[in-house]
Formats: sequence, structure tokens, C-alpha cells
Amino acid sequence: MMEYAIEIQNLTKKFGSFTAVNDISFGIPKGKIFGFLGPNGSGKSTTIRMICGVLSPTSGRGTVLGYDMYKDTERIKQNIGYMSQKFGLYEDLTVDENLDFYGSIYMIDAEELAARKMELIEMAGLAGKEKALAGTLSGGMKQKLALGCALIHRPKVLVLDEPTAGVDPVSRREFWKVITELSNSGITILVTTHYMDEASICDIIGFIYNGSLITMDTPEGLFNKHNTRNLEDIFIEYVSKLSSKEVELSFKDIRIKRSGV
Amino acid sequence: MKIKRVLSVTKKEFIHIKRDKPSVIMAIIAPVIMLLVFGFAVSTDVNNVRMAISDQSNSAESRNLIQSFENSYYFEVYNLTDNPEKAEEMIDKGEAKAALIIPPDFAKEIRRGQKSTVQILIDGSDPSVARTAAAYAAMISNSFNIKLNNVRYKNPSVQSAAIEARSLVLYNPTLESSKFNVPGIVGLILQNITIILTAFAMVRERERGTIEQLIMTPVTSLELVIGKLIPYVIIGMYDFTIVLILSYILFGVVIKGSVLLLTILGLVFLIGALSMGMLISTFAKTQLQAMQASILFLLPSVLLSGFMFPREAMPKFVYAISTLMPITHFLIILRGIILKGVGIEYLISTTAALLAIIVIIIAVTVNKFTKKLD
Repeated sequence: MMEYAIEIQNLTKKFGSFTAVNDISFGIPKGKIFGFLGPNGSGKSTTIRMICGVLSPTSGRGTVLGYDMYKDTERIKQNIGYMSQKFGLYEDLTVDENLDFYGSIYMIDAEELAARKMELIEMAGLAGKEKALAGTLSGGMKQKLALGCALIHRPKVLVLDEPTAGVDPVSRREFWKVITELSNSGITILVTTHYMDEASICDIIGFIYNGSLITMDTPEGLFNKHNTRNLEDIFIEYVSKLSSKEVELSFKDIRIKRSGV
Repeated sequence: MKIKRVLSVTKKEFIHIKRDKPSVIMAIIAPVIMLLVFGFAVSTDVNNVRMAISDQSNSAESRNLIQSFENSYYFEVYNLTDNPEKAEEMIDKGEAKAALIIPPDFAKEIRRGQKSTVQILIDGSDPSVARTAAAYAAMISNSFNIKLNNVRYKNPSVQSAAIEARSLVLYNPTLESSKFNVPGIVGLILQNITIILTAFAMVRERERGTIEQLIMTPVTSLELVIGKLIPYVIIGMYDFTIVLILSYILFGVVIKGSVLLLTILGLVFLIGALSMGMLISTFAKTQLQAMQASILFLLPSVLLSGFMFPREAMPKFVYAISTLMPITHFLIILRGIILKGVGIEYLISTTAALLAIIVIIIAVTVNKFTKKLD
């Protein structure tokens, strides 16, 4: 029997008459990286918010690290690290002050915080930038600082909502190197992304469309099922099938059309 | 609620303020500027009114009366003429704002121990100046009368003439408008600065998207709100103190009543202002919107609160609106404690009204705020 860090059953969230998340169930084993894929507005962020204990579900059950999603939101928050697509740190605070602030929000005592800050600054490659205002950092560095703040309290689960959106390819690779190292150290990671190269690194991929979970498998399983090693093609195939609308099948086709003019 | 978390939010908020120049200016310099501008500019004092004089008596007594007008700094002798029509003409031309016309038998009547009447003409085109000048003129004439009476006491054979009413102005005997305005300014500064800064602080987190990150942490909304408000309570009390000190230094406004009572009620009012700032932040999405909403809020409080215009003269409907504003009651409290030196026993109904309004505002704010978070 596998031990799940995050387990949800029949989770549904309605906003008025609109169903944002429709009867989703999945389990993420401890220490795995779960790639949560789906078009914009498909319900990824709503699901994440419920898992993080910020939004209460309309129906369904769920636990994070064994804590109930309805009753133990405080405990869940204490054990989850979250980082969003938008840089959510204070640009007018220095690197040091940002880490300090989040550290004290998680009630870490001063001595432990000082040591932890050193580790994280090292990890994020921000040594020497401690006194720089966060707003003056480059996009890649900002993301790493945000990751550092999300890890300040040594969370067992890390939730990343499009962490690399708008980040250059070099920084993206560096970022994912850190992510896989964290996973190796036993942290469970839930990540949403639109980059298929990133998704292929994940241990499990879940595909959500219009609030429903369409499929959940390992990247290898998906490749075999669809007879292709291109995750992007699989993604497009799902969207065009489910939305019954014509999706441009590949960038190659677009390029050919364009040069044909 | 964890104190450590509240304090870490407070510390962070102070850093925001420190790094944001407009906030620093708003918190530290604006109150002083507002006090100077309002204190010196908003003045209904009437000084050095040019007065034409027609002395038809041309006697020691008449010159004595003219001298006492000249000695007061309220009037300035513009021109002497023996023709009363000429004096009136000067008012028509706007060369003089007032005229003193002394009848030919002025000295004769006084020497006989009779009452003599002088005429004072005042340009009424600016009613507030006219009213004040008329009051001053009457005051000067009266004191002239007293002097005459004193002379007569030494000569008891002459009977003192008719009975006359004397008015005595309490609390602000020289009727300086700064004495009346400055306590009001204290209230306005406390309100304006706090409302604007609070609304900004609350909206900023949402506008910049940092709230997204924050709600994922264990910090509760109560800890967040209290932590964020503490800096503005401190700034508000600082402004309150500095403005009161400057009022004393610059305008000679002394707190006649209890400083402790003033501080306590100031704090109560401050909490109301903070709450109004938060209320604005619940419907403003950006700092710009917060600014506009604040102005919409602050303008009536300047015009209707009794700060500038007496509420007694307002139409009933406007009067009712002014009664709903906390600042209206706080101004009464401020003037009561600072100018009159009265204690809580004279301010109970006003304080009760202030408390009731603030409780309602807080209830609405809390209600709106919790809905917003959901």
C-alpha cells in the first residue's frame, strides 16, 4: 500500500452555478513530483487552493500529510510551501528581509532562522545579494528567492503554480535541478506548468480539462498509450478531442503554411 | 492570535513605509504643512480695517475716542474729514471699510453727563468682515465708556447714565480664529492621514499580488489586519502629539482640559479613522481608487463637520449628514477639551455619539472584510 502525501476524493468546487473543479480524485505518493497540466482556466489553481487550505471545497474529501482539508487547514498551511506564477514577494524589501518576514510568519526561532537563511541563500545562488531589494533581482533570481521563501519552514509538501512562467531557459533548467534535488530529499512536489519538457521530468502527470481530471499516468505510460514521445502532441490531442475545436496541430504545420504563402 | 506574527507584519509594514517616500512625507511632514496652511490661512480674523473718520466735534473727547480706535489693531485710521458724506463716499469707493462719524455736540453731551451717540458705518459687502468689525467697534466704544465712567467715579456729583448690556466672550476672549481653527485641524489631520495611509496599506498588498503568497501561510486575517494597523496607530498618535505641540508653539493654543482624556478620546477616534480606511480598501482595487475614495470621504468632513462653517446654519438634511460623521463629534470634543477645558461630564453625549458611530463603522468594516476574504 502506497503512502500518499496528498490524497483527494471526489473534490468539487462551485462558484455559484459555475463548477470550477468537478469531482476530482487523485493521490500523490510521498516524495514524488506530480505535474498538473491543463489549459488556462481549467481548474488547476482552484484545486491547488483547496489543497493548500485557502479555499474550502463544495464537496468531497481530502487529506494533506494526513491532515483533513476542512478541519486542519492551520496544520496544512504550516507544512506546505507555496510559490505562485506571479512573483509574490515584497519588491521593496531586501532578500534578507523577505526571508526574515516569511521565517517569522512560520514562527521559526531566530537561531534556526539564521541558519536556514544561509542554506537557502546558498541554494538559490543569492550569496552577496542579501541586501539587494527583491525588485532589483532578475526574473530567474526572483523565482529562486520565492522558492527560498516557500522552503523557509522546511515544508514536507511543495506546491508550485507555474513557477517558471516567463523565466529564461537557463534559469528554468537551474530551477528544475533544484526541484529534483528537493524531491530526492523526500519532499513531495505538486507543480503546474505549460512547458512539456518540464512535465516530462515529473513522476506522475495529471491532465485536467474544464474542471475534470481526464487522465493520470506516468510520462512513460502516456507515451506508450498515445504512441508518441511528444508530450505536447498528447496535450493538444486531448484539448482538440475534448473541446471539439480545431487546434493547430503542430508548430511545424504552422511554419509550413507560413512559408507556403 | 500569535503576537510574534502580528509583530513581524508590523515590522514589514514599517519597512514599506520607510522605503516609500510619499508615505514618509504623508506621515511626518504633511501634518506640519497642513497645520501651517490651515492655521495661518484659514482665518476669519479682521485686522487693520481702514476706517474713515469724520470728526465734527473736534474736541479733546472726540480725539480721545479716535485715539482708542487707533490704538486697537483692529482699525487703522484711513482719513480724517469733517464732512460725514465724504466719509461715506470713501466706503462707496472701497477706500475705507468703515467710517466713524462723531456728531458736533459729542463733547458737549459728554461733559453734561449725557449719553452721546456716534455713528459707525461698515461696508457690509463681506458679511463676516462686517460682523466682526461691528463687534470690535462696539467693543472699543464700550471700553471708552468704561473709562469715562471711571473718571466719573472720582466725581460723584455726576450720575452714571443708562443701563447697558455688556457681552463677555468666554474661552477665546480675543476671538482669534486660529484658537478656534487649530483644534479642528488637529482632528482633521488625525483623520485624513490615517484614512489615506490605512487604505493604501491594505490595497497595496492586493494590487501588488503579494496577498496571494501571504494567504498560503498560516498567518490569519486578524493577525494580518492588526499587524498592519499598528504602524498607523503609532503614526497617528505621533501626528496628534506633534500637531498639538506645534499648535502651542505657533498659535499659543494651550490644552486647558485633561491631556489624558484628550489622548484617550483621540485614540478612540483614531480607531474609527483606521476602520474607515479599511472600509475604503474593501472596495478599492488599486491605490489610485483608494485615493479617489478617500477624497470623496474627506471633502464632506472638511466642509460639513463644523470645521469651517457653523453647523447651526446648515439645512436640516445636511445637518443630519454631518451628525453621522465621526469627525463632527470629535471636533466638539477637541474644542471642548482644548479651548474650554471641560471634563468628560460635559462631553458624555458627544462621546457616546462618537462611540456609537465608530462601533457601527467597525461592524460594517469587519463584515465587508470577512466576506471579501472568503
